[in-house]
Amino acid sequence: MKVIKIIALVLLVAFIGIQFIPTDRNQSSVVLDTDFMVVNNVPASIENKIQVSCYDCHSNNTAYPWYNKIQPVAWFLGDHIKEGKAELNFNEWDEYSDRRKNSKLRSIISQIEDDEMPLDSYTIIHADAKFSEDEKSEIIEYMAQLKNSL
Amino acid sequence: MKNLKMSIVAILFMAVSFTNAQEKEKMSQEHGDMQMDHSKMTNMKSDAKAEAILGDYFNLKDALVGDDTKKAAQFGSKLVASLKAFDASSYSKENQKELADIIEDATEHAEHIIKSAIDHQREHFKILSKDITDMVAITGTKITLYEQFCPMYDKGSTWLSTSNEVKNPYYGSKMPKCGKVQKTIN
Repeated sequence: MKVIKIIALVLLVAFIGIQFIPTDRNQSSVVLDTDFMVVNNVPASIENKIQVSCYDCHSNNTAYPWYNKIQPVAWFLGDHIKEGKAELNFNEWDEYSDRRKNSKLRSIISQIEDDEMPLDSYTIIHADAKFSEDEKSEIIEYMAQLKNSL
Repeated sequence: MKNLKMSIVAILFMAVSFTNAQEKEKMSQEHGDMQMDHSKMTNMKSDAKAEAILGDYFNLKDALVGDDTKKAAQFGSKLVASLKAFDASSYSKENQKELADIIEDATEHAEHIIKSAIDHQREHFKILSKDITDMVAITGTKITLYEQFCPMYDKGSTWLSTSNEVKNPYYGSKMPKCGKVQKTIN
């Protein structure tokens, strides 16, 4: 019994301790000239959907949920955001060359088609990020048209 | 009289040595030109690191022709390495920029080929083929390449081969002969 108490105490101290380790937060209120929405004149319904479903991990600004203030959740999410931004950053869309845009659009289309994006681990908490079948085809159609116009 | 003779000889001597010197200078200039031409030629015609990329690309293509996902993944990672080793510093500024863009894009597709199932590998191979074709247009190559075209796969798709015989990497054993030679490079 005493051992369990000690272990619990150690864990509690560790849990409190890691709360003080600072993490980089992915937040910015600047709208860059290179943003996907700025350069592409995206229809409002699609713009809203992409912002809700994609921008948390694929832009410079994440709408953090309350539990992200708690470690180690913050680390886990931080890694996801870093990886997501490296693959695709909607804020820096116009910095990609046409060749890169073409590849990114192809990936966007194929990942949405196959329900790989948004990630299941994300939509479990963000139910509003999930695409309906209609939304899926609307976004895919838009992206395909953008790809053809490159 | 003696003086005059002496000066004529001197002038002749000088004239001869002058033309001689000019001749030499011209020769060394020509030699220099030749050397420059030579280095330009090796730059234009082939780049060992670009040839290495092409080699890995062809191995990857053959793996896809043989419907071999595992082998395709292996050559995908080889391709990532040879793309990384590419050195564009001997090219013009403009070409350097274009090559960096091509390499970045090709690397992304090669990386996806390492971790994907065969249908996805083929999707990435399509864009990769475009990247490699654009690269060869800048770097050149020693070997004769055949740009082949399959009208059926994804609204028409091309790839490169070292043989003019068609072996389709997009369909593999399902439709190995689908396609034709569209262009010969070199």
